[in-house]
Amino acid sequence: MNDNPTPLERFIQGVLPENPVYRQLLGLCPTLAVTNNVKSALTMATAVGAVLLSANIIISLIRNLLRPHLRIVVFTLTIAAFVTIVDRVLAAYMYSMSKTLGPYIPLIIVNCIIICRCEVVAARQPVTAAAADAVGQAAGFGLALISIAVIRELLGAGTLAGLQVMPAAWPRWVIMVLPPGAFLTFGLLLALVNWITALRRNKQGQEG
Amino acid sequence: MDYLLDIFLISISAALINNFVLYYFVGICPFISVSRQVDMAVGMGSAVTFVMTIAVLISWSITTLVLMPGAPLTTWVAGFFMAPDGAGGIDLTILSYIVYIFAIASSVQLVEMYVRKFYPPLYKSFGVFLPLITTNCAILFACLTVMSHIIGVENPADAWDLGRALALGIFGGCGFTIAIVIMAGIREELELCDIPEPFKGAAITLIVGGILAMAFMGFTGVDSGIRNALMGN
Repeated sequence: MNDNPTPLERFIQGVLPENPVYRQLLGLCPTLAVTNNVKSALTMATAVGAVLLSANIIISLIRNLLRPHLRIVVFTLTIAAFVTIVDRVLAAYMYSMSKTLGPYIPLIIVNCIIICRCEVVAARQPVTAAAADAVGQAAGFGLALISIAVIRELLGAGTLAGLQVMPAAWPRWVIMVLPPGAFLTFGLLLALVNWITALRRNKQGQEG
Repeated sequence: MDYLLDIFLISISAALINNFVLYYFVGICPFISVSRQVDMAVGMGSAVTFVMTIAVLISWSITTLVLMPGAPLTTWVAGFFMAPDGAGGIDLTILSYIVYIFAIASSVQLVEMYVRKFYPPLYKSFGVFLPLITTNCAILFACLTVMSHIIGVENPADAWDLGRALALGIFGGCGFTIAIVIMAGIREELELCDIPEPFKGAAITLIVGGILAMAFMGFTGVDSGIRNALMGN
């Protein structure tokens, strides 16, 4: 990554090369907690994306007013305000989903991805860069959540987003939708990503 | 008797059955990053337990006194500005997230300064972890759980009092400590094992965490079993 990437490069960086979940291991609470079906994973990813984008834009706009020692407090309070908005919107339009996600929506406040992006990008860059970075990170986060949710829902319930996919005789691996399944699926996927990265690096090393 | 039983059940439920880390997945970040050595894990666990107790105490007080509909302090203050029947209906729950996170952040700062000044040995054992805890989801999760048991209940008589809230805070922290110390013990042994390259680091920790979570699933239903045995129905 060069020193001054364009907004598009920032977006692409966030999706795969610097994926917040697989590469930076940030924001693991929602990654493990809400991925037992695709619908709640999608809602969670959208909620985090909305908060991340709004917080990044606001922080970027006020970046010249920030004082170093009060920085984190300002970040947290901005994020908390947006999380309250998202929480109310969800409760108004998707009541059952808001009940399912329960405390994990307010827990977005302490999601390390958002604070990390505010600190690293939004507090230093103009609005377009901050917004592009937020969209990229949110897309990467959504991708990670959905990749885990697809595996867990498919094996655990035989469905995808509520639709029956596996044959009816599929013996449901209930463990996959229970807490241990989250740890196992994410652990295995993380190892897979590490393995592919190492393979590609070796290949590039041989060619170059 | 009923009250003590309730406290006891909340405690074992928070510590073992619905363990914060292994059942609710809160506090996963320190669970993965700080669980390399047992003594560090003990330090982190005690810091979390300490802060969680204080945070639950503060959030319980704020919720009951200020935030919930008809809270005494809000009604009293608003009574100066509006008619008494309007003042009683003020509902500030929408501010709860902002207030909680602010309360947690400032109490962590205060606790850090206090402990550093007056208990240097204690500061040495877990002081370095205190700033990290501000953004620990486990603390906020404990506050939110307490809130849902005060505001979310249909019958006001079922709302948690301070004793129940503190039981959740203390034993939720103990549950976190149990999980992170077990994990650190396993990881110290894992250092000597030949782990496949891609699994090194976080991946193997997560898989071990999965096996631990399976073990903790064995506690499911213990609380209702105890209740049935003691209440005789």
